[in-house]
This record gives sequence, C-alpha cells and structure tokens, in this order.
Amino acid sequence: MIKNNSFIIQSSPHIKDKDSVPKIMYTVIISLLPASFASVYFFRLKAVILLFSCIAAALLTEALFLWLRKKPLSSLWDGSAIITGMLLAMTLPPSLSPDLAIIGAVVAISIGKQVFGGLGYNIFNPALVGRAFLQTAFPVAMTTWIPPALTKINTATFATPLGNLKFQDAIAQGTLTPIKSLFWGNIGGCLGETSFIALILGGFYLLYRCAINWRIPFGIFLSLVIFTGIFWLTNPEKFASPLFHILAGGLMIGAFFMATDMVTSPITLLGTWIYALGIGIVVGLIRLFGGFPEGVMYSILFMNAFVPLINRYTRPRILGERRKR
Amino acid sequence: MKLKTFPHGIHPPESKDLTAEKAIESMPPPEKVFIPLLQHFGSPAVSLVSKGDEVYLGQKIGEGKTLFSASVHSSVSGKVLAVDNYNHPGGDSIPAVTIANDGQDRIFPELKKISNPFSLNPKDIQQIVREAGVVGLGGASFPTSVKLSPPKDKPIDTIIINGCECEPMLTADYRLMLEHPEEILKGAEIIRQATEAERIIVSIEDNKLKAFNTLKKYAKNSRTEITLLKTKYPQGAEKNLIFALLRRKVPRGRLPFDVGVIVQNVGTAKAIWDAVSQGIPLYQRAITVSGSGINKPKNILVRIGTPFKNTVAFCGGLKNGVDTLIMGGPMMGLSQWSLDVPVIKGTSGILAWVSSPSPLEYTCIRCSRCIGHCPMGLVPTQLMNFVKYDNLTKAEDWGILDCVECGCCQYLCPAKIPLVHWIRLGKNKIIALKRKKSA
Repeated sequence: MIKNNSFIIQSSPHIKDKDSVPKIMYTVIISLLPASFASVYFFRLKAVILLFSCIAAALLTEALFLWLRKKPLSSLWDGSAIITGMLLAMTLPPSLSPDLAIIGAVVAISIGKQVFGGLGYNIFNPALVGRAFLQTAFPVAMTTWIPPALTKINTATFATPLGNLKFQDAIAQGTLTPIKSLFWGNIGGCLGETSFIALILGGFYLLYRCAINWRIPFGIFLSLVIFTGIFWLTNPEKFASPLFHILAGGLMIGAFFMATDMVTSPITLLGTWIYALGIGIVVGLIRLFGGFPEGVMYSILFMNAFVPLINRYTRPRILGERRKR
Repeated sequence: MKLKTFPHGIHPPESKDLTAEKAIESMPPPEKVFIPLLQHFGSPAVSLVSKGDEVYLGQKIGEGKTLFSASVHSSVSGKVLAVDNYNHPGGDSIPAVTIANDGQDRIFPELKKISNPFSLNPKDIQQIVREAGVVGLGGASFPTSVKLSPPKDKPIDTIIINGCECEPMLTADYRLMLEHPEEILKGAEIIRQATEAERIIVSIEDNKLKAFNTLKKYAKNSRTEITLLKTKYPQGAEKNLIFALLRRKVPRGRLPFDVGVIVQNVGTAKAIWDAVSQGIPLYQRAITVSGSGINKPKNILVRIGTPFKNTVAFCGGLKNGVDTLIMGGPMMGLSQWSLDVPVIKGTSGILAWVSSPSPLEYTCIRCSRCIGHCPMGLVPTQLMNFVKYDNLTKAEDWGILDCVECGCCQYLCPAKIPLVHWIRLGKNKIIALKRKKSA
C-alpha cells in the first residue's frame, strides 16, 4: 500500500518518445563508420592517426570549455564532440600532419561551437569552421594530395578528381577520373570523402533512423544536378556530367553529414528547401567558375549564415491562418 | 481506400489492450461523494443545498447561473454533510458538496421521461440539456447547451460525433460505442435537431474497427455517416478533426461554429440522449482505469464525485511503487497529487504507473521534430524561447494562443525539453496581461 500524497506532479504529456539527443548523435557516429573504415582501407595508418588525433583533441577541448563554463562534464559524452572530431578528420587531406589536424579540432570546438554557448547554439558547422581555418592558415598542406595505398601512381602530379578536372584540363586530355573509381573510392581526396558507396551506406542508415532530414541531401543533389546539367548539356567538351559532380569531391559527405547538422540547418520545412537548393547552386558555381576546384565547405558555411534569416521568413502557416494580403 | 486524416501529428504507442476488451462495469456508489461545483469550462455553479439537507439521486444541487456554466446534480441519495472547499483534480481547492450516501438511490421525483424526444423543438432540447448539466465528456468539459445554441448568423450544417479517442490507454469511448450504439446515434440525431443541421458524421479511428462496424450496422437505415479515420494523435482534436473530415479550416481564435460545424464526443451524445429521453441528468460517466500500476484495469461506470481512491480500489488497487497518477489520457491528462480527489464530469480516465527516472534535459539541437509534427502548424521551440526570454508580444505573433497543448512536440523532443510547460506559462502570462489591460 502506498502512502497518499506521494505522487509526482508534472505537466502533460506524461509519456515520451525514446529518442534522445545522445541517441541521435551516436546514430550519426555509427553512420560515419563505413566511411571511416574506407578511409583506413585506402589511407592506412595515416587515416587512423588523423581520426584519432582529431577526436581526442575535440573531446579535450570540449572538456576544457565545459570546465571553464562550469557546465557538467557529463555532456561531453552526448556524442557531439566526437562527431565534430570525426567529420573534421574526414575532410582533411591524408598527408596532413597530425599537429595541424589537432589545431583544426581545437579551433572547431572552441571557435566553431563553444564560444557561441555550446551544443545547439552555434551558427556554423563546427567541423567546417575548423577546416576553413586550416585551409586559410595552411593552404599548401591542405591542398597536397597523396594517392590511396593501393594505387601506384606518380605522386608528384597527383591530384583529386576535381583538381584534375579544374587545373589539368582532364576532359580534353581524356584523363577524367572514371565513375567506377569514384564509386568505390580508390581515388585521391580527403580522408572520408572518396568512397561514394561507404558514404551512401551511412546516409541511408541516417535516413532510415530519421536522424537527418531527407530534403537536405535531396535538395542539394537536385539543384547541383540541374545547375551542372545545364552546362554539361550545352557544352559536354568543357563541363563534366552531373553524375561526376555528385560522386566527386566532398559532395556526398557534405550533403549527408554536414549540411544536415540539425543545429546549423533551418527548422522550417520551406526553409530547409531554400537552404538545400542554395547549397547545391553555390557548390556548382564554385566548382564551375570559382578559383577552387571544390566548394562544398564554403557553400555549406555560406548557407549556414543565412539560416536564422531563412527561419524568420519561413514560419509555417498556422492552421486556420489567412494568407497575408 | 485512403483514410482521411490531418497533416502532422504523431503515433504514440496505443496501449489500449489492457482494457479494450473489458465491458463497462457499473461501480457501486461509494459511501460519500464529493461533488465539486466547478466541473466545466466557465464559472462555478451556485450551491442550492446546505448542510443537513436531504437530497435525491439526480437532484440539482448546484445551479449554473451564467451562460458559460453548468448545473451539477447529486449522484447519490442521502444527506448533505458539507458545502465547503474540497480537493479538485484541477489542483486547486474548490467549493464542493459532500453527500453521505444512504444506499437507497432514491431517484429525484421531478425527473420526467419523454416518450417521443424527436418531437421536441430546438429550444426545448437546449433547455433540457442545460437542466441536465451536460458538458463535453471528451475532457474539455465545455457546456453542451452553449454548443447546441449556435449564433443565428452562423448556420450549422454538419454535426461531428467524435469517437476517435486518440489518447493512448483510454477505451471508455470505444466501449460506449460497442455497448450503447443506439443511444449514441439517437443522441446525435437530437443534436442535429437542436441545431437544424443536415449531416451527421460519426468519426472513428481505424484501430477501433469493431466499433466502426457496430455503429455502421445500427446506422444502416439512417442518413448518419460513419467514417473511418487514420489512427493518429491528435485525430480527435476538434480543429484537426474538422479538417480531416471536411477539409474546412477553423479560423484562428474562432470556434467550429464559424465553419458550420459542431463537434460532440460520443459520450456526450449518449448523455444528451439519456437526458432528453429518460430525464437523467449527468451524474455518472464511463471512465477507463488503466495503466501498468493498476492491478485490474477496467472500464467502469462511476458516479460523479466518487473519490479516485474508491475507483482504484474497485480495480484491484495500486501496485507497489506507483508514483504517477493521472486524470485523463497520458498525452493531455492532469497529474494528481493524491487519491483523495473526486471523479468529475471531465474525467475520462484514471491512469497509474511507475515512472522511469526522468531523462536528462539537453539544449535544443533544432532537430525541428516539434515543428514537423505540430498539428496546429506552430514552431514550439521558438515559442519556448520567446517565453523563456519574456518576449510575449513575439510569442503571440507566432501563434502561442493557437496551441491546443496536445503534447506532440514534447513527446517527440529528443532534448526532453518541457515545451508544453513553457507554452502554457506563456499563454497564462499573456492572458493575465490581457485581463489586467481590460480591467
């Protein structure tokens, strides 16, 4: 028999879904595993060292800031810092020295996330902030590429598929990377971006677990395909096909794992579309007409900046609300 | 065929198996009843009795004087012990009439049966329903006579009888539809007559196929339409239900009247029929006593004013360690601090369980699930921020007053933020400010 007057008072609803922030974060970590294994397969010890140093540096920086801000250290294990570390490592060239990677991770967590107030308050994707910092501070190290461990190519002239396309006139020379290599990932590039198959596996897992909004990758693909498709159809001698643009470079990892970061993407339905389509177009613009061969990082950061504005102007219509004249 | 439904919403576990196949049992009236004078939306009824009076079963003991009020009736025969403040499921202490049951159930002699209720004119029906103290039995307890008297300039064309019972765990409405289909349909017809509407639609979610088939059988030779809806929460919320069935949108801040619709719960329809045909006022109702903390979950017919203690004892008592007691459904019900509160007209269920330790609250990660599933099209996380930082004007601009507190947002929130709590706080603050301004 229980005593009277001993019941819990709380406001409704009294039942809750089982999903939680750490569960979402660990789902993302699991979804990054295929690409992590692929990177280790293609780049061996270099990949292991970069992944490990980035994750460790991210966790340590997070812990330091939580301590400074007098926040409970338990939120270190919500998974978000691990994701930032993993994602940063995957966007680094395999040849990068670990000390630079660690600097990147420290910047990612401190300037990319904690100065805004920690998880949930940052404007820009933390991993990309770290990468953008490295790209500006160490431009040479960030654009030096090595071939995957399995290929025997002259390393002196080695380039990523997109670099090859942009700077070495690959279409005219007939040296454009074949789609098959892009699909399996036996190509040059950042650690985790090379293997399409590993990334799409993780992406489908995220979609299956509803941990990302499908509209974001779909919208990015859609606008990039349309944008690059128009130029390809008008002049296939000069421009690569939309399929090449989808498979090459960091588009897959960007579309499935970075643009979909909940904190830095819009919260409204219409806003999500605007954001996704915008990323695809900016990627296309940079790749086709910009000074860099690749533009996924900058396009996501660029659209991140618009998110608060997009949210403000795309408030959903309330049931029974009249259209404004 | 594609089932009708509304956009957004959620699918919480239904958990109706505990009681769905259990027929409604009539619970013997307790020794003492505590009948609150406020059991409805509006102002309290005024007591008509005082200590020492003898009352009959069904005798009016509190008069609803204003339009938005309802009369209350004695649910037993016996002696008035007190007219004083007593516990109320709403949380506050509220004036209530305490009656000692003499066990005779002597029926109030002035209650009169009407042999042919369908010959009544709208005015009479409204009067009888008002006298019988009928309120909406779905949970909001809106005085039914008000709903039956639409303004002259707003003609009603459709009556919706709400048998969705979209709240998990509750099954009393389902049982009513199985056991009293005729009364429900007749009650619906009376509502139609009172409002001079054309159509009657009875809406049932597709997890209650048996109820659908039963009503379909009884409605075969009438114009009443029985419609199956997709099982989704909150399918039974008035504005969402109207949209699901008729694709009409009730304008913001308005009532179903404005789109020519009246929505009544199945229990209310039955109560209206009982009042009009038998002269029985609303002194008892069907409720579900369920949850993993109840020894023998049941659907019971219980007298208004029966303490929760007695209903729970009738259902085998509480299990050890029960720490959560709820009146209503798990999504919108009210937490109770004690078993010493009476069943009121708005009690649709009594639930009890042992709660799991409350999960850690995180900051909002802007996953936007609350927005994607809000049946009203609101932005709960943003409303929470406005309220948190006391930006009430902005909160009102973003539609905080349109929130029906269905709880979808908070149910889904992976950060476990008490969104509905913040929204309620904001609504109360805004309403208080408005009162101050107009005063």
